[in-house]
Amino acid sequence: MTFALAVFFLLAAVSVVSAVLMVVQRNPVNSALYLILNFFSLAALYLTLQAQFIAIVQVLVYAGAIMVLFVFVIMLLNLGDDKKLSEHLGPKTYIAVALVVGLFAELVYIFSQSRADGVTELAPNAGQMGTVEFLGQVLYTKFLFPFEMTSFLLLTAIIGAVVLAKKKLQQ
Amino acid sequence: MAPLNFYLLLSAFMFCVGVLGVVVRRNAIIVFMCIELMLNSVNLTLVALSAFIGDPTGQMLVFFVMVVAAAEAAVGLTIIIALFRNKQTINIDEINLLKW
Repeated sequence: MTFALAVFFLLAAVSVVSAVLMVVQRNPVNSALYLILNFFSLAALYLTLQAQFIAIVQVLVYAGAIMVLFVFVIMLLNLGDDKKLSEHLGPKTYIAVALVVGLFAELVYIFSQSRADGVTELAPNAGQMGTVEFLGQVLYTKFLFPFEMTSFLLLTAIIGAVVLAKKKLQQ
Repeated sequence: MAPLNFYLLLSAFMFCVGVLGVVVRRNAIIVFMCIELMLNSVNLTLVALSAFIGDPTGQMLVFFVMVVAAAEAAVGLTIIIALFRNKQTINIDEINLLKW
């Protein structure tokens, strides 16, 4: 086994285990911490794909900004006691597990049939494609309009968040 | 170098774990984190295909997915706070205002 393959399996194992642990944890704080671990392993996986910019943004935006927001809300709601957090697992759970296993089997089948099967080498220009310089060039030329639209989307989200979080005014 | 299929399978597995969490869990915050997990697994697919094909469009799409995820997290968590303020719970079984 080559070094690159070993690195991939290590990172894949970390992300799989942290994803599963995130779903089965009862306490949302533990869930959030496992999700952060998952995001870091994903950032490292992006580095193995030579997508440096995406890897850095993953750590900054996801593990940094978004997860801080999650942890902050968990802290704000203070759902500490076990009684509030208990969930019952009924027969619906087993049906859900069976359906999800079926979904995974379908995806595996599709990948085995697709042209992606057997591709083992990165594209020759993959190394220079992941840099800030190259992606910035593409972002500000080919994707200028979507980029401008994201600013509008973020503005809408900010206004929506403020309006929704505001306390009801006394009538 | 790990083959493209390994990346796709890893991402498919993470997506399925996220779907399972959304369907099975009753805590609204954990359901929300599972949605983030699903978004991230799709991001991994996009980056992997982008790097193996040699087309930067996939990485641009990941960039926009992250923007949407940030906006979605801000609004969604605010909705959870508003729900908790009104009903004192974030168990989605007890939040059935729109149930017919």
